[in-house]
Amino acid sequence: MTAVTFPYLTSLVLVPAVGAAVVAIVPKKAVATWFHEALGIVVTVVTLAVAAAVLVVFKSGVGSYQMVSDHNWATGLGIHWSLGIDGISLFLVVLTAVLFPLTMLGARARRDTRSFVAWVLLLESACMGSFVSLDLILFFLFFELTLVPSYFLIGGWGFARRGYAAIKFFVYTFAGSAFLLVGIVAIAFIHQSQTGVLTFELPALMHTHLSGTEGVLLFCAFTAAFAVKAPIFPFHTWSPDAYSEAPTAGAILLVAIMAKLGTYGIIRFDLNLFPQASRTLAPILLTLATIGIVYGALVACAQRDLKRLLAYSSLAQIGFIALGTFALNSQGLSGGVLQMVNHGLVIATLFILVGWIYERRRTWQIGSLKGLQSPAPVLAGVFTLAMMASIGVPGLNGFVGEFLILIGTFVAHRWWAVVATAGVVIAAVYLLWGYQQVFHGEPTEEDAATADLTINQRLIVAPLIVLIVLLGVFPKPVLDRITPSVNRLVIHVDQVTNTPVPADLRPAVAAKAPCSLNGVHVSCSVLASVSPGAPTALKGASK
Amino acid sequence: MLHLTYLIILLPLVGFGILLAAGRRLGDPAAGWLATIAVGASFVVSVGVYLSLLGVDAPVRSYGQNLWTWIPVDRLQVHAGLYVDPLSMTMVLFITGISSLIHLYSIGYMKGDKDFPKFFLYMNLFVASMLILVLGSNLLVTFVGWEGVGTCSYWLVSFWFTRDSAASAGKKAFVYNRIGDVGFLLAIFLVWSKVHTFDYQAIFANIDKIGSANITAICLLLLVGVMGKSAQIPLFPWLADAMEGPTPVSALIHAATMVTAGVYLLCRVNPLLHASPSAELTIAIVGAATAFVAATIACAQQDIKKVLAYSTVSQLGYMFLAIGCGAYTAAIFLMVAHAFFKGLLFLGAGSVIHGLHDEQDLKRMGNLRAYLPITFITFAIGWLCIAAVPPLSGFWAKGDILDNTWAAHPALWAVGIVTAALTAYYMSRLTGLAFFGKDRWAGADGGPTPDAAYAHHADGHSSEPHESPWIMTVPLWILSFFAAVAGVMAISGSRFSLANWVDPVFGANLFHNNLSSSALWVLAVVDGVVAVLFVLIGLRLWSTRSERPALEASFLRGAWYINELYDTVFGRPSERLAAFCADVVDPKIIDGAVNGVAGAFRGSGSLLRRTQTGYVRNYLVGIMFGAVVILGFMLTRMWWG
Repeated sequence: MTAVTFPYLTSLVLVPAVGAAVVAIVPKKAVATWFHEALGIVVTVVTLAVAAAVLVVFKSGVGSYQMVSDHNWATGLGIHWSLGIDGISLFLVVLTAVLFPLTMLGARARRDTRSFVAWVLLLESACMGSFVSLDLILFFLFFELTLVPSYFLIGGWGFARRGYAAIKFFVYTFAGSAFLLVGIVAIAFIHQSQTGVLTFELPALMHTHLSGTEGVLLFCAFTAAFAVKAPIFPFHTWSPDAYSEAPTAGAILLVAIMAKLGTYGIIRFDLNLFPQASRTLAPILLTLATIGIVYGALVACAQRDLKRLLAYSSLAQIGFIALGTFALNSQGLSGGVLQMVNHGLVIATLFILVGWIYERRRTWQIGSLKGLQSPAPVLAGVFTLAMMASIGVPGLNGFVGEFLILIGTFVAHRWWAVVATAGVVIAAVYLLWGYQQVFHGEPTEEDAATADLTINQRLIVAPLIVLIVLLGVFPKPVLDRITPSVNRLVIHVDQVTNTPVPADLRPAVAAKAPCSLNGVHVSCSVLASVSPGAPTALKGASK
Repeated sequence: MLHLTYLIILLPLVGFGILLAAGRRLGDPAAGWLATIAVGASFVVSVGVYLSLLGVDAPVRSYGQNLWTWIPVDRLQVHAGLYVDPLSMTMVLFITGISSLIHLYSIGYMKGDKDFPKFFLYMNLFVASMLILVLGSNLLVTFVGWEGVGTCSYWLVSFWFTRDSAASAGKKAFVYNRIGDVGFLLAIFLVWSKVHTFDYQAIFANIDKIGSANITAICLLLLVGVMGKSAQIPLFPWLADAMEGPTPVSALIHAATMVTAGVYLLCRVNPLLHASPSAELTIAIVGAATAFVAATIACAQQDIKKVLAYSTVSQLGYMFLAIGCGAYTAAIFLMVAHAFFKGLLFLGAGSVIHGLHDEQDLKRMGNLRAYLPITFITFAIGWLCIAAVPPLSGFWAKGDILDNTWAAHPALWAVGIVTAALTAYYMSRLTGLAFFGKDRWAGADGGPTPDAAYAHHADGHSSEPHESPWIMTVPLWILSFFAAVAGVMAISGSRFSLANWVDPVFGANLFHNNLSSSALWVLAVVDGVVAVLFVLIGLRLWSTRSERPALEASFLRGAWYINELYDTVFGRPSERLAAFCADVVDPKIIDGAVNGVAGAFRGSGSLLRRTQTGYVRNYLVGIMFGAVVILGFMLTRMWWG
């Protein structure tokens, strides 16, 4: 057993954090005007390199946490600097690492680049930290830390109603987080009362015995934070304002990455910590998800502003992710995890393009744009591709995720899947309508003068396009890494909730994964705990 | 060379790739030639594969090829797999063959268009998608092609996107198809939830596990998908609008290939249909109804392409009628024959439109046989084929369907024969208006020529109609040859016999009508007499006069007002619902509640006054929330603990 020597995950968090500090410290006058931006890009590229290394080192077919680093941090409080990565977080980390440099390049700040770059780097550090934290307090800190830079990005570099949007975003998500903090403290104390050990580490806490009511309440507390962050219907009303008032970079990062903190949080924490409550309340969450899919699409149909249209389309997409999550089976959850990545790539592409349209035309009102395909065929082509991916045309990435989600849901909760499937029709309606208004038709003189994408811009979207196509045609390498972790989670949920799974649907199990991989004794205890006798014993204890 | 099957798809895909990278540099006409060669090469490989397949003995005449694992999640395993058998091979042959001809034709038709390379880019991608559709070894690969052709159809229908009507038509086609796709997807889900496979052969092997109610549900859900793609009632209105696309697109996608995908799919799943008589009956009724309704609409259309579009809908209805009767071979026979003669008719119409500088109004044509002799002769062959005049292919193909319908559902046969009469009539009306009678085309009397804003051939022709260049007439000749002689496939026992070739695919699921030879003779005579009679009536009525309002009821011209109906029942209410959600529910109710809560907190403490920094205050709000929740939690613990 070779221990991982290089602290990959800690580097993922620290590189951008240190970068942010350096950018913030170096005074503007001391260096050339481009210095801060260039440094920012270098830092994000270095982070990308680390993420790429993580991808390479990551062992396929293994369900448990890998590359774990665990250090006592605040011993008295039981808080650990505990990081780990598995198939569920791996591609979110990679997505984050890919999108940050592209965003820095594609959506630059018009003024005060130093602060802008510093906030963006801090945001990257916080996002990375959130995705790799295995300690609940550590997660909470990173989760909260994302708020500060995004608040300043919206408030400082946003558009006309940025002040309102920033405050609304901050207060709303922070209110949700308050519930999360209470929930974290509560479960740690319950765990302490049962074992005598105060810890916030997820692998330990997931074996806490909870009564039905405790589980439901804590689930609600956690989910409140995540549902707002994602956002899941009906907690979404901050998002159209925030996305449309945020500067392009802010919007991309909010919708493509930070939104995933919410859905990731549900999968990582809700399902692991409160399997019983997750199953009990699944119909409610499935209903909210389905309403989100249909409602988001409907409202998108009536938008007159490209950014708001995309914001509501995102609500529908997040609905799909939540739907797959609460299908609570391999297909639905794997689809949900994959769709987080897919949605990130697609929506980032669309928001970057919309940002570029704004740069050219100073508007994103659908009514003020017409016939852009004539003067800007490449822009139109890239937009079409991303749109088709979002609609779920097979051959592109969106289909694979959507398909897995829907089929997983169909097996578990048929009628929700039926309604959600009908929702894909409306997605085609509003996206094609928006596309027709903006890109089709005879361009006016002003429209005809719209410049096509520059070479640099083509290079920026090229990696996104490649990933959108690649994940649509050959998602196997990604799914091979996601599925074992998802299966581990599904087995955990099934065992704790004592749900009999028909033999033909039982996950083909990640049990082949070596128990003590990378010295992660954690995973051993997880696998050990899911012995069939465990759930009944738990029930007995709680009574 | 069966193992080269993947090349059939890869070649047009390579063409697409090259055109994507360098289409603009290749330009007009090199891009068109490249695309044509790519599809032509695919045809050559198809013939090779066909010959190899002939070498395999009949009962096991099939070949499977797994290319890679596409979506693997636990027990759900989707492979990118191909499956060749006489059914898919028949499709591949006529798809690649006709596509090659239409690509060639397009080099002439699209000459001078500013997006010439892009046209061929989409066309090559379309052909690749269509081949994926028919060669897929499982439902999901078929679905990839299914959506791929739909997407290409969207691009090609709205090819002249600066025209609002074209842009809207593309969108409409896509959305109608999406509605159908919901059915297709749900069918896939239902299949998987029962047998945990998508592979056709594995599904059929495990058909007992599905249960008869579920089989019926699967068939009907697939039928919904088919209604969208193959423009059957109630999802047919998009096809007429799709005529906004360039005419070669109408010929290839909206007549010969894409719209027949539904026929192929239902033939492919014949064991499921066979297990569900109620689904079969539903398909037969939908098919017969569509055949009739579309034929009545075609009788009153004024746009040459719209007549052909509704005619296509009607002919597809026949094919579904055949499938509903279990006469799969008959359906395929008509599909192949229809691909020839309808492709021919569309290309002929394109030649007319081209010759008249973008005139599509039948009332402004007339006497074109004097100006476009080649177009006229070839078009006339297509016309007599579709009218089912013996001994041309249409007579045999339609007769085959009607015979089986007579044996299975006599009432539907009556609908079928009435539709056959209408078909002969409306096609003769079209031919009469376009090629006979007086010169009515713009400029015939020295009047203005039609607006040529989208003219793609600004090559200085006079306003007089002109015959098309060889590159367009050669495909017409070839197609008219096949349209005329495709009837030989009906001769049982011959080497061209379609039944010998595809019947083994369907085996015991195939319906045998067991009609006596005298009954068959009588039916054939009835078909022939009806066809000839109504051809004469139609020609007689419409080659002399171009205005007969009594025969063009506005109800039929308005296509039974189906668009208006959908608009009233679905379109406008959903628009209102969307507006209500966007203007009332979201800002007032949901966000209103959020702001109400925020307002309550703001009002409740003087600490929470407006401040510049914004976020100290917010932390306080958060802490308050937290405290409330902790208190609440402790209380519940006390009560339930």
